[in-house]
Amino acid sequence: MNHIALKMLMGDRGKYLGIIMGLTFASLIMTQQPAIFVGLMSRSFSFISDLGLPDIWVMDPKVQFIDDVKPLQDTKLYRVRGVAGVKWAMPLYKGLLKARMADGTFQTCNVIGLDDATLIGGPPVMLEGKLEDLRRSDGVIVDIDGAIDKLAKPSKIKGGKPEPLKIGDTLELNDKRAIVVGIAKTTKTFQSQPVIYTTYSRAVRFAPRERKMLSFVLVKAMPGENIPLLTRRITESTGLAAYTQQEFKDLTWGYFMKNTGIPINFGISVTLGFIVGAAIAGQTFYNFTLENLRQFGVLKAMGTSNWTLLRMILLQAILVGLIGYGLGVGLTALFGYAMRNTIMAFKFPWQLLVFSGFGVTLICVFAALISIRKVIKLEPAIVFKG
Amino acid sequence: MNGQSTAAVRCKSVVKTYDTGGDKVVALGGIDLEIHMGELMMLVGPSGCGKTTLISVIAGILDQDSGSCEVFGEDMLHMRSNQKLKFRARNIGFVFQAYNLLPSLNAVENVSVPLIINGVKRQTAEYRAAKVLEQVGLGARGKSLPSQLSGGQQQRVAIARALVHDPKLIVCDEPTSALDHETGHTVMELLKDVALHDDRALVIVTHDSRIFGFADRIARMDDGHIDKVVDSSDKL
Repeated sequence: MNHIALKMLMGDRGKYLGIIMGLTFASLIMTQQPAIFVGLMSRSFSFISDLGLPDIWVMDPKVQFIDDVKPLQDTKLYRVRGVAGVKWAMPLYKGLLKARMADGTFQTCNVIGLDDATLIGGPPVMLEGKLEDLRRSDGVIVDIDGAIDKLAKPSKIKGGKPEPLKIGDTLELNDKRAIVVGIAKTTKTFQSQPVIYTTYSRAVRFAPRERKMLSFVLVKAMPGENIPLLTRRITESTGLAAYTQQEFKDLTWGYFMKNTGIPINFGISVTLGFIVGAAIAGQTFYNFTLENLRQFGVLKAMGTSNWTLLRMILLQAILVGLIGYGLGVGLTALFGYAMRNTIMAFKFPWQLLVFSGFGVTLICVFAALISIRKVIKLEPAIVFKG
Repeated sequence: MNGQSTAAVRCKSVVKTYDTGGDKVVALGGIDLEIHMGELMMLVGPSGCGKTTLISVIAGILDQDSGSCEVFGEDMLHMRSNQKLKFRARNIGFVFQAYNLLPSLNAVENVSVPLIINGVKRQTAEYRAAKVLEQVGLGARGKSLPSQLSGGQQQRVAIARALVHDPKLIVCDEPTSALDHETGHTVMELLKDVALHDDRALVIVTHDSRIFGFADRIARMDDGHIDKVVDSSDKL
C-alpha cells in the first residue's frame, strides 16, 4: 500500500508542495537561526579558542567574561609562577585602544600584548610576515579582516576602494607609532573589532598608563599535573581566579546567555519558525487528509485496516518531513556557504541537525496525529453517499 | 437467475436505527431478504427508504442493531474487526455511484488496489488488473488517470476493480445514475456479462428504472421495509 500512499500524496501537487514548503520553512528557521546564534556565541570566546597553548587562565576574581578585563598588578605574575606545578606563566595584555587612521578618523582596536621573550599567545595563523617580526621596533601584527576593512587606507583615487593595510604601513596607537610587520588570520570576535598583536611591553607603552596593566596570566602546567587541582592551588595561593580553557569559555558563554538578549531573540525566532511551520504543514496536511477522506473511506470499505491506513499516513508524513527537513538544512548550508567570507556569524555543528530534525519530527507527528484521528474515526459507509 | 439457488446473502429481521441528536430514525425495520448465487438482485425504492443502509449491512460496512445478515453463511456482526476486514477484502467487490477511483492512480493501479489489499504483490496485481481491464474493454487505457477517462469508462474501471479479486458478492450503489442512457445500458450489460456468473451474486441499489430489465429479481423498499420482491418481468 506504500506506493498508493505516495501516489495519493504526490497526486495533489499543490498541497504536496504546500506541506513541503511549510516544513522547509520550519526546518530552515530552526536550523539557520540557531546556526547564527551558535556562531555569534562562539565568537564570544573565540579569542580563548585561538589561544590554545596555555592550560590555565589566571585573572581577577571579578572577571565575568573574556572582554571584561580587570587589570592585575604585575607582581601577580611572579606569585603565579611560584605555585607548585606551574611549568611557565606568561603575561597577557588585552585592551581596547584607539588607532588613528591615515585620514584622521579613529578606530577602536583590540590590542593584545604578548610576552616579549616567548611571544606566547600569538595569532593562530600568520598570512604575511612572521610572529618573531614583533621584535622589530614598533612592530604590530594586524588581523586580515581588520587590515582589509576597518583599518584599510583610503584610496589614492577619489571614490576608489580603500586599500588594505600591508606590511610596512604605519598606524598611530594612542599617539604612538606602530609599524605593521605581519598580517594574521584570527577567528572573528564578538565585537568584530580589528585585532592588533604586539609585545607586552609595547602594548603597555601604547595603552594609557595605569597602576595595573596586566590583563591575564597564561599558565602551562607541568607534564602530568592535574589541571583542575592546579587551578585550585593557584586560586588558594594567589587569591586570583584560575580557569581551565574550557571553564573560561563556559564562563564567557554563560555571561552572554544570562546578561544579553541574544538567546531570547534567537529563541523567539526559532519558536516562531516552529509554530509557523507547524501551522502551515499541519493545516495543509490535515486539509490534504480531509480532501482524501473519501479515498481513505474507499480503501476502508474494500478491507484496508486502520493500521494500514495509519501506516500510509505516517509514510506520507515521513516523506514530506524528510524532504522538507532536507531542503531546510540544505538551504541553511547554502546560506552558511554564501556567508562564509562575510561578517555574519554562522556555525553549523551536527547537534543543530539533531535539533531541527527533532523539531520537524514533532511537526510531522502533530500533522499525522490530527489526520490519523480523522481517518480512524471515518465510517466507510461515506463511500455510498454520492 | 443463472441456475443455482444457494443463498449468497440471507437477512433475517435486520433492524438498524440511527441516532440523530436524540431522535431515533429507523432505517431498516426488520428486513428479510435472500439473494442467491448467480442472481442479480436490485434494491429499488425512494430516497431514504433504507437501500444504502441495507447494502452497507450486507457488505459488513455497518453493523445491524438486531437480526442476522449472513453472507455466504457468515454473519459479519459476530466477527472481530480484523476478520471482518479480511472477509470483506476477499469476498466483496464494490461499484459506487461516484466511481470513487483514486484520482492519482492510473486505471491499472486503481484496479489492482483490491489485490494489493489482499496481499498480492504489486507487479502481479497490476498484471492481473491489466487483464481484467481488457475484459471490460479498456485494455488500451491502462495508463490513463481517472480524469482522462469519460464517466462510462471510469465506471468500467470501477467494475474491473470490483471483479479483479474474484469476489463472490458484488455490491453496486447506483452504478448508472451518473451515466447517460446508452452508457448506463452498456455498463449494465458489462455487469451482467462479465461480473455475473453461477458462483457470484450481484446486488444493485438503483433508482434507474431503465435498467430494471437486467435484474433477476427486484426488491422494492419503502420506509425501512421490503414491500415486495418480484421477478423483473413482473410489474412492481
